[in-house]
Amino acid sequence: MPSKVLLSGAQLELLLHRLAWQLIENHQDFSNTVLVGLQPRGVILLEELMAIIKKEQPQGKLTFGKLDTTFFRDDFRRSTKIHTANSTEMEVQVENKKVVFIDDVLFTGRSIRAALTAINSYGRPESVELLVLVDRRFSRHLPIQPDYVGAQIDAFEGDRVRVNWEQQLQKSNVYLEEGNS
Amino acid sequence: MKTLSVNHLLGIKQLTAEDLHLIFETADHFKEVINRPIKKVPSLRDITIANLFFENSTRTKLSFELAEKRLSADVINFSASQSSVKKGETLVDTVNNILAMKVDMVIMRHPKPGAAQFLSERVNACIINAGDGTHEHPSQALLDAYSLREKMGDLKGKRIAIVGDILHSRVALSNIFALQKLGAQVKLCAPKSLLPQYIESLGVEIETDLMKTLQWCDAVNMLRVQNERMEVKYFPSTREYAMLYGLTMEKLEQLRKEIIILHPGPINRGVEITSAVADSDQAIILDQVENGVAIRMAIIYLLAAKLNITAQ
Repeated sequence: MPSKVLLSGAQLELLLHRLAWQLIENHQDFSNTVLVGLQPRGVILLEELMAIIKKEQPQGKLTFGKLDTTFFRDDFRRSTKIHTANSTEMEVQVENKKVVFIDDVLFTGRSIRAALTAINSYGRPESVELLVLVDRRFSRHLPIQPDYVGAQIDAFEGDRVRVNWEQQLQKSNVYLEEGNS
Repeated sequence: MKTLSVNHLLGIKQLTAEDLHLIFETADHFKEVINRPIKKVPSLRDITIANLFFENSTRTKLSFELAEKRLSADVINFSASQSSVKKGETLVDTVNNILAMKVDMVIMRHPKPGAAQFLSERVNACIINAGDGTHEHPSQALLDAYSLREKMGDLKGKRIAIVGDILHSRVALSNIFALQKLGAQVKLCAPKSLLPQYIESLGVEIETDLMKTLQWCDAVNMLRVQNERMEVKYFPSTREYAMLYGLTMEKLEQLRKEIIILHPGPINRGVEITSAVADSDQAIILDQVENGVAIRMAIIYLLAAKLNITAQ
């Protein structure tokens, strides 16, 4: 399958810094905020963003969780693909907190729908925002839009947009795998 | 993406080691789910499950029912004592009538060995064996192995003893299969009269001395004496059995090592295990009950994933 790089490591680094600053702008010291990385790949983005925020606000305290939405998906028994669950680590209170969902690529919006149901198992947040690194435009199946976007990308439905995370951010990239359609 | 190698859970014998690990990994996730403030996931909201209990049960029935409800399945319960079985209806007719009400899965306990296998060959639904006579009780063996794994880590090379009424125990047979598939060594300890003939052909060691068994093992599963299945006397008296095969604090103290103690319940306190042992820190009996719900959620979830909606 042919693939092409959409964002280089250097571009990715810039985007992450911008997203981190946007979070700081809206949530200041994060005292009433819970950052929630969506398993599996949103968790890596969560960790990258937290590293930047901690550097900018060394005295601040970030509360975060990792949420798996497998059991809340709406395609169980509807495709031949069986989804394997990942661990959920939600040792935080979300009741009356400002929750920010963090995921790498926003495509149909169905995972976010599942996450909105899943988060209610832990309480009723005051508000829920969505941060994504890549927003695949015009591909939504549900009325879900992100609040913070790294980059917007147009791709055909059969294409796959992937974030390749490396140990060093400079070596990471976002690439597109062209599908058959 | 991983899936089970079977479409029904009839016994541990039919499962592979990979199946066991997949069930354990899935149960880990469900254990987290049942410790959330809201202990429910919507995965099985379009599945209906019938619990068919042709034999008495407290723990298994409640545990399965709770697992089904935590997965948002619709549940119907059936117990033979209040049913048309008493009027002479056959098993296949009873089940087919229940399936005509659009039931997707059947969880069955039956006094006859092989009943689950028999049913799976004759009706169009996913069957989970919740105990068939003296044959197998796969969900119990899975939760026992899962509880051991939680305490001891990988069971490879670990020494596990099963003590008590092996002859009438479905828990014993399922446990032997499960522990061996996970690489553990298994020793059975019972009076000769309560050991089935040819049981050594399964590759287990046999011992009749409880103290020697306890010295050898890392964990011991104490089975109940199943008086209800005994048509003749298998040992002179309950008191003698308790003296020779009952687990007491005195026996544990002589060991100079800590072993893990399991019991599938219901406990006959003072017979196979004293109250002091059953309530001690070494006993993980209540962990087994908690893990039972997570394990049964995993079994139901993984089998339900194979009921593809597009194939219906």
